[in-house]
Amino acid sequence: MHFEMAITGFVAIYIFMLAAFGGWVIIGNVPAILHTPLMSGSNFVHGIVVIGGVTALLNASNATEQVIGFVAVLLGAGNAAGGYAVTSRMLAMFKTSGHATTHNIHSIHPAKKS
Amino acid sequence: MYSTIAHLVTGTADLIAAFLFMYGLKRMSSPVSAPSGIRVAGYGMLLAVVASFLNVFTVDAAARPHLWINLGLALVALLLGASAAWFKGRSVAMTEMPQMVAIYNGLGGGAAGAIAAVELFGNKTHGAGQLVVTLLGGLIGAISMSGSVIAWAKLDEILKKPMRFPGQRLVNAIVFLASLVIGGYIVFVVQAGATPLLPIASVLWIFFGTTLLFGILMTLPIGGADMPVVISIYNAATGLAVGFDGYVIQEPALMIAGMVVGAAGTLLTLLMAKAMNRSVSNVLFSNFGAPSKKKQGKMKGEEKPVEASDAGIAMRYAKSVIIIPGYGLAVAQAQEKLYEFVKLLQTAGVNVKFAIHPVAGRMPGQMDVLLAEAGVPYDLIHQLDEVNDDFVTTDVALVIGANDVVNPAARTDKSSPIYGMPILNADKAKKCYVVKRGQGKGYSGIENELFYEDNTYMVYGDAQVVLVKMIEAVRGLGAAAA
Repeated sequence: MHFEMAITGFVAIYIFMLAAFGGWVIIGNVPAILHTPLMSGSNFVHGIVVIGGVTALLNASNATEQVIGFVAVLLGAGNAAGGYAVTSRMLAMFKTSGHATTHNIHSIHPAKKS
Repeated sequence: MYSTIAHLVTGTADLIAAFLFMYGLKRMSSPVSAPSGIRVAGYGMLLAVVASFLNVFTVDAAARPHLWINLGLALVALLLGASAAWFKGRSVAMTEMPQMVAIYNGLGGGAAGAIAAVELFGNKTHGAGQLVVTLLGGLIGAISMSGSVIAWAKLDEILKKPMRFPGQRLVNAIVFLASLVIGGYIVFVVQAGATPLLPIASVLWIFFGTTLLFGILMTLPIGGADMPVVISIYNAATGLAVGFDGYVIQEPALMIAGMVVGAAGTLLTLLMAKAMNRSVSNVLFSNFGAPSKKKQGKMKGEEKPVEASDAGIAMRYAKSVIIIPGYGLAVAQAQEKLYEFVKLLQTAGVNVKFAIHPVAGRMPGQMDVLLAEAGVPYDLIHQLDEVNDDFVTTDVALVIGANDVVNPAARTDKSSPIYGMPILNADKAKKCYVVKRGQGKGYSGIENELFYEDNTYMVYGDAQVVLVKMIEAVRGLGAAAA
């Protein structure tokens, strides 16, 4: 049954460490102007918890587990869908005035015209 | 056979999802590539969710008789939760973004807590290590959920005032210790195989009850202007809880996504705390903004009110204007009027910029989003350290609905609660107009020296009304000249 993945002890800690480090570096490059979309975007990313909820609910074997599992999927789905909706809405609003692209200093990566 | 294929497919889908999350967040490093970044992450999510249903082929023997019911429940919960949140997220006003982010974060925390609860109630953990991690995931998830709900209620102004009572810190500490002790007791009972005082399920309910209570108690006393820090902390907490759950249910995608979010939230928390020159624990545990008994010294000079129309015309004839928006702009929903006014100034040849303080508003970057919504191009929007030296050479600084972030006391007055906080140098501009709802102190209850400076003029009124008057005055000039 559980032959596919066995993440135990140190392997788990290595995964945590590398993910935290990678996240820190990636997020550190996000300019302050995008901090709200970043927050709601990372909010969306932890919506992945919904797949944990699905797994837990499918493995439920009594009413208590079913109820709590149902709540987990409900909340997780809300987290993911809502997080995506507000983030994409916000990001669609950021516009440049077009002529001033050389002036952009909010980002360490100079803005390119898309 | 089916279970092998299912493991292979879900494993691959989760791997791709984890990659797309990191890549999507990476694309957030510029406003140009950011919209595609969230889309990419969205594909990853969709893929992982669809693949997660292949777990019907891998369920435990105990759950097999309930499979069809469970599958139905999962689909209903998924559609219900997703569609409700989606429609709310699509229709909510931009000024309400902080409370939306708070509530979505609470949902995530709740889901993480619930997953831990399923594992605990079903006694599905293997070994002490896994049990401890599950309990931690449940603890952090539950605190994050109830705390986020309180934060949402505060931001939505359902709860209007910070709630404080004597001995609050002691009560909070006791509740927190109690949840830790109960958690420890659960580990002891399960590992030693001892007979618990109460049925183990009851002990678990008490455990989750106290942790939820702690989240509520911890957030109640925190004031509105500290919300940027609080939202960031709960964002990090939910991430952490999701990561721990990922370990418990052996889903590396959850571990990675959770930890990345945990790092993001931690980074933002520290940035926000730094922008207020306070430590994170100071934000959480000191009752900042409580009315201070100490009398503040009498301010020199007096506040000089001017008419909105006069201020508008003065800016029309200035060479350069820097606008400092604050939470008051969001409250008055005046961002569109503001940009209309700015466009008038620009046509008249005035050089206009926006200066944003990191903790302006109720969450990191809230002002940037509001201005973007009104259509302000982001190359006009500058952050504190980029723009602060420009005030000296600027004709007019226009402060709208901001207060503490422009208080010079932060530079000079060692006794001031905001001493040492980096501020925007509005007082260094040749002239300063302050749009404010009325006389009185800011959120933190601190007198603002800026309002009493010789070159500062006060425009009293709702930001929206004031801006309409300014726009009319400047338009009137053009009409008179024609």
